Amino acid sequence: MPPSQPSVLATVLDQDRGDVLKAWIQDQMAGGAARPDLMQPSELQDQSSQFLDLLAAAVNAGSARDGAAWHAVRQFLAGISSSRAAQGFTPVDTATFVLSLKQALLGRLQQRSGDATRFAAELWSMTTLIDELALYTTSVALEARERIIARQQEEMLELSTPVVKLWDGILALPMIGTLDSARTQVVMESLLQRIVQTGAEVAIIDITGVPTVDTLVAQHLIKTVTAARLMGAECIISGIRPQIAATIVHLGVDLTNVDTKATLADAFRLALRRTGHALGRATGSERA
Amino acid sequence: MPVQRTDALAVRSASDVVAVRQLVRTRAQEAGFNLVDQTRIVTAASELARNTLDYGGGGRATIELLTEPGRTGLRMLFEDEGPGIPDIELALRDGYTTGHGLGLGLGGARRLMNDLRIESRPGKGTRVDAVRWR
Amino acid sequence: MERIPILKMGRFLLVTIQVDMHDRLALALQDDLTARITETGARGVLIDISALEMVDSFIGRMIANIAAMARILDAQTVVTGMQPAVAITLVELGLDLPGVRTALTVERGMLLLRAVLHAAGELDQPSAADEGLDAGPAD
Repeated sequence: MPPSQPSVLATVLDQDRGDVLKAWIQDQMAGGAARPDLMQPSELQDQSSQFLDLLAAAVNAGSARDGAAWHAVRQFLAGISSSRAAQGFTPVDTATFVLSLKQALLGRLQQRSGDATRFAAELWSMTTLIDELALYTTSVALEARERIIARQQEEMLELSTPVVKLWDGILALPMIGTLDSARTQVVMESLLQRIVQTGAEVAIIDITGVPTVDTLVAQHLIKTVTAARLMGAECIISGIRPQIAATIVHLGVDLTNVDTKATLADAFRLALRRTGHALGRATGSERA
Repeated sequence: MPVQRTDALAVRSASDVVAVRQLVRTRAQEAGFNLVDQTRIVTAASELARNTLDYGGGGRATIELLTEPGRTGLRMLFEDEGPGIPDIELALRDGYTTGHGLGLGLGGARRLMNDLRIESRPGKGTRVDAVRWR
Repeated sequence: MERIPILKMGRFLLVTIQVDMHDRLALALQDDLTARITETGARGVLIDISALEMVDSFIGRMIANIAAMARILDAQTVVTGMQPAVAITLVELGLDLPGVRTALTVERGMLLLRAVLHAAGELDQPSAADEGLDAGPAD
């Protein structure tokens, strides 16, 4: 829909661009949002000037926020939000950068509005717009932070449950700590992946370091054992504590088709036998 | 739920079922699902598309990429104008089949997706709506 | 119509499934394979699915059927190379293919078939090459 009458904000951004930019940068310097310790004045000048141009183009394009011009504004803000985060700005600093534009626009808006009613309406729509854009930088910062947290959680998960090779064709997964359903699922998927990578025929899942299991975790364990069998490998579960054995029976989880051993050593002995290795004590003369 | 992208495919033949699987695989990759989740979704798509073909006498599949703040999802709609399912609870039960399969199609697909809803009117047709979130 | 090739290797048949099979192709494979078992007197069947990105209940049932039919025709079946994601999904779907033998690779599958047939007194001694593969590390 073409605008019948250009908004006062559009006129201000067009006619008073130079003055607005100058006033805005001065406000930023004075208000502490500029952070000269983190950013050169020339870079601040560039960012401010670029933002004003994009904003002007978007305001001219109309108020519907899904157009290409508004997309460019948001993309620019997302870009500086992450570049500023890397420079050490806080999300508050970045939001303040956008919010500080209000003051610079205010005077010009009043001059060009004429009557008070028009000014009130223009002021309201400008404030709403700037607030919206400032909030957008905050949500971008939050999303970035969430991504970092998720990645760190994944990395911790990988670190906390290494799949180790015990012998040719034998893998072990020593699990430590409380198992929740999500963690068990991730760990089991990586175990199956390692089985393919290493060509291991037997995998031992040792749960000596696991205090309790619930139904879901027990079901994930059984699922893994079954999936490994479909791939052509066998799983042995070792280190089941008496409490866990009791829980498994109480929960009615069927482990009859799963090899279980009391200790990792017992499981290893079984695994060696399954892979065709013989185990015996060396006689005196063979000892080094 | 904002829909980012929609594709519609006809399900009229066995090769259409393959086409549905391949499209769902591409979309699941674009949505950023990991390999196991992709496989779950593609397998569910295969089961549901085959049901549409074999029991619904053919129909159509609509695949949607969903975005919500903080999460991405894939939605699959399968619609037909076939005879309908008289007893949905029974149809979802493992081992129940009126055809030649194992009767794992609907129940299995429900286990592979986060959410699966069936609407069916005898004589009018069936609509299966399945979503998995990342 | 398109067909999946079946290779004869000594007394075994080898099928490598590399395409995303539609249902008619899967059914055709089932028929072709049972016909070839009778025709060649094969004692073992290797089905390599390492290239398959998905096995649904239809293909799963086809695999189970082949194994069951082959058994009646006096041949043993080994399914090789199932990908982890496929295996997990198949289990969640509710199919665990009881009675179907599995191996990580075609090579291991071949060794397994030889061992099974040897144990049943059907084959002579496993070949020297197989024993070399079978032996563990020398330490």
